Amino acid sequence: MQALTNKSIAVNRSPMTFWERLYLINIIKGMMITFSHMFKKQPTVRYPEQKREFSPVFRGLHVLNRDEAGRENCTACGLCAVACPAEAITMEAAERQEGEEHLYKEEKYAAKYEINMLRCIFCGLCEEACPKDAIYLSETFAPANYTRKGFIYDKNDLLIPNTLTNATELAKAKGVEA
Amino acid sequence: MTLLALDWAIIIEKLILIVIIVLTTLLITLYTTFGERKVAAILQDRPGPNRAGPFGLLQPLADGLKLIMKEEIIPTSASKWLFILGPGLAMTASLMTSAVIPWGTEIHLFGRTIELQVADINIGLLYVFAVVSMGVYGIMIGGWASNNKFSLMSALRAASQAISYEIAMGLALIALLMSTGTLSLKTIVADQAAGDWWNVVYQPLGFLIFFICAMAECNRTPFDLPEAENELNFGYHQEYSSMKLGFYLFAEYVNMIMSSAIMASMYFGGYDLPFFDETTVAPNIAAIIGVGTLLIKIVLFVFLFMWIRWTIPRFRYDQLMNLGWKKMIPLALFNMLITGAIILSKS
Repeated sequence: MQALTNKSIAVNRSPMTFWERLYLINIIKGMMITFSHMFKKQPTVRYPEQKREFSPVFRGLHVLNRDEAGRENCTACGLCAVACPAEAITMEAAERQEGEEHLYKEEKYAAKYEINMLRCIFCGLCEEACPKDAIYLSETFAPANYTRKGFIYDKNDLLIPNTLTNATELAKAKGVEA
Repeated sequence: MTLLALDWAIIIEKLILIVIIVLTTLLITLYTTFGERKVAAILQDRPGPNRAGPFGLLQPLADGLKLIMKEEIIPTSASKWLFILGPGLAMTASLMTSAVIPWGTEIHLFGRTIELQVADINIGLLYVFAVVSMGVYGIMIGGWASNNKFSLMSALRAASQAISYEIAMGLALIALLMSTGTLSLKTIVADQAAGDWWNVVYQPLGFLIFFICAMAECNRTPFDLPEAENELNFGYHQEYSSMKLGFYLFAEYVNMIMSSAIMASMYFGGYDLPFFDETTVAPNIAAIIGVGTLLIKIVLFVFLFMWIRWTIPRFRYDQLMNLGWKKMIPLALFNMLITGAIILSKS
């Protein structure tokens, strides 16, 4: 029969010779192998001091985006909640009042916007569904919490820091230097 | 009163020596557990414990503290007295060996000559052999007192393993005894220091047998069947918790250090530093160099123990018994025969 690859090695079933039955030589060979591993490079990433970078397509925690004037983009249309396969998003809409034009981009805004991070599967469909560029997935992940309630992120947790007033916080939220 | 006429200073001197030896042994043991984890890690390409203190050096203290803080559990059906006696006996038996090991030559202090050996008895080798076989009691009593069939089975295995390998060990010692002509460890080491070669040159096969048997006596991999974690839950100390468990685990490491010291003394010249003339320096400094040399030899042996542990898998029980009875004992007898023949042909 013709071999498919040249990698297969025929098993040697001949009885062991005296030296092989002593095992000592093979034990020493094995010990040399483990000894050589003392000088090998460790692949360990020393975690708290050293962090592995996320891939650029990593889908992490959500952020609610603002426009260049620092106004909230979200209009509480609910398309993200509809698109969400895990039903993690809930929101309540409200109408923009007189004098709130510097806070909200359009006449309607989200008064309440919650994402349950325990339900969320970080698929990014909300990001795709959003017609207003309001929701994005950043490159950080949800940190551990003691209670289930702590995983329900409200608007304060999600809203991106104002571009104009707080640039360093913004960079942090984006996960650039997480 | 001849009883009171003895030199009281020697008792104080010996007491101090015993305390120093026991404390040093325990400290080294503490760091042997750390060393084991580090060696294992480095042989497996990982960094090992490095959280507690610089390079993880405080790790053994953290482990000890953890063991002490844990709850003491004595099973209701256990035999309480024996249950407590077991770990104590294991620890005592393993520390007792240190009495006959010559740690160095002698130190001159305050006009006295202090031997760096607790007891220079003329039956040193026999004493070692007796104490080593005492170690079985700690295991056996612990397993029996737990009133747990798995612990008992494991203790039985441990006992039969220890007894099987003691025979070959004793036969290897007899060959050494034949070539050195003395049972006193001090004389054995002094002869090696004075002579051209260490005993390992005269008794290579004897050393190999003794080394393998020592590994079996210490319950080290590949002979760690008594505490086969994955087959018999944990072994004879399964019901133990807190520091009583710590004593059992600790005793294993003390055993390891003690058998390293015995092997270094009997086969590798003990405190003798090769290619170095001790008469060129002051006797006290020579003694300290001797102690350092013995410690280095012990560390090397302990490293060898660990290196073997992280290379070779565990034996199956029948393989263990086959090796002990069918290979080691005939080999040791053969070694005795050869040694006898050589001694006869020389005289």
